[in-house]
Amino acid sequence: MSVGLEHYLVLSAVLFCIGLYGALTKRNAVIVLMCIELMLNAVNISLIAFSSYIVPTLLTGQVFAIFVMVVAAAEVAVGLAIILAIYRGLTDIDINNINLMKW
Amino acid sequence: MGLDAAFWIMAVVGVAAALSVVFLRNVFRAALALVLCFITVAGLYITLSADFLAAVQILVYVGAISVLIILAIMMTRDVQKGSPFNKMKFPVFVIAAMLLGIMIYTVTATPWAISSEAPTSPTTVPLAQSLFSEQGFILPVEIAAVLLLAAIVGAIVIAREKDK
Repeated sequence: MSVGLEHYLVLSAVLFCIGLYGALTKRNAVIVLMCIELMLNAVNISLIAFSSYIVPTLLTGQVFAIFVMVVAAAEVAVGLAIILAIYRGLTDIDINNINLMKW
Repeated sequence: MGLDAAFWIMAVVGVAAALSVVFLRNVFRAALALVLCFITVAGLYITLSADFLAAVQILVYVGAISVLIILAIMMTRDVQKGSPFNKMKFPVFVIAAMLLGIMIYTVTATPWAISSEAPTSPTTVPLAQSLFSEQGFILPVEIAAVLLLAAIVGAIVIAREKDK
């Protein structure tokens, strides 16, 4: 069976669920950010697979993937800055202990 | 045939790298596994004939984002307790597995309208035309530029040492 659109979409779903599992269960804030990057990459795979199998000549999915990358870069820069600021204040990046704003 | 083999290699290595990001105890090794996963994703883009995006993936993710993450790991290395799980390990596993099952069912049950045309290649010129032309995505490109500027300024302001 040759590789088709479904293979890419299933792979993307697998990567997304691995990233989701990590993002919801890890306690190290940097690992959580890394898992979010995994999820964004999974979404990009499915966007580009749709683009090259459904509308091969339009490239719309690839343009969307570029914007996802832009937002991911901005997100990781601000996220890591927030982690560093929290670390400077609390000397800890364990998400269970960062509960100052918990009601 | 060659593309199929490349897909399977990239898929297996990528999923293994993603699993090691989640399950490795050492944070730094998890970051290196994440870099490996980014590289396999770039290879997948090549099998999808998205050559420009594969190059961007290598430059942005493997080059920049992984360096940022490794820098953050090094700045916070005093709290090295590895990367433990929290109490929600098993409920979240059930939820993620259910979501995966639903997504795989949906993907395999949907009759996709696969086009028979060959994908555009190389993609750099058509991508630039659709990004920067009048009828294209020029307004989102400008908004993305503003977003990146705001993110840079915000990151500097947040991460800066407070003046004494």
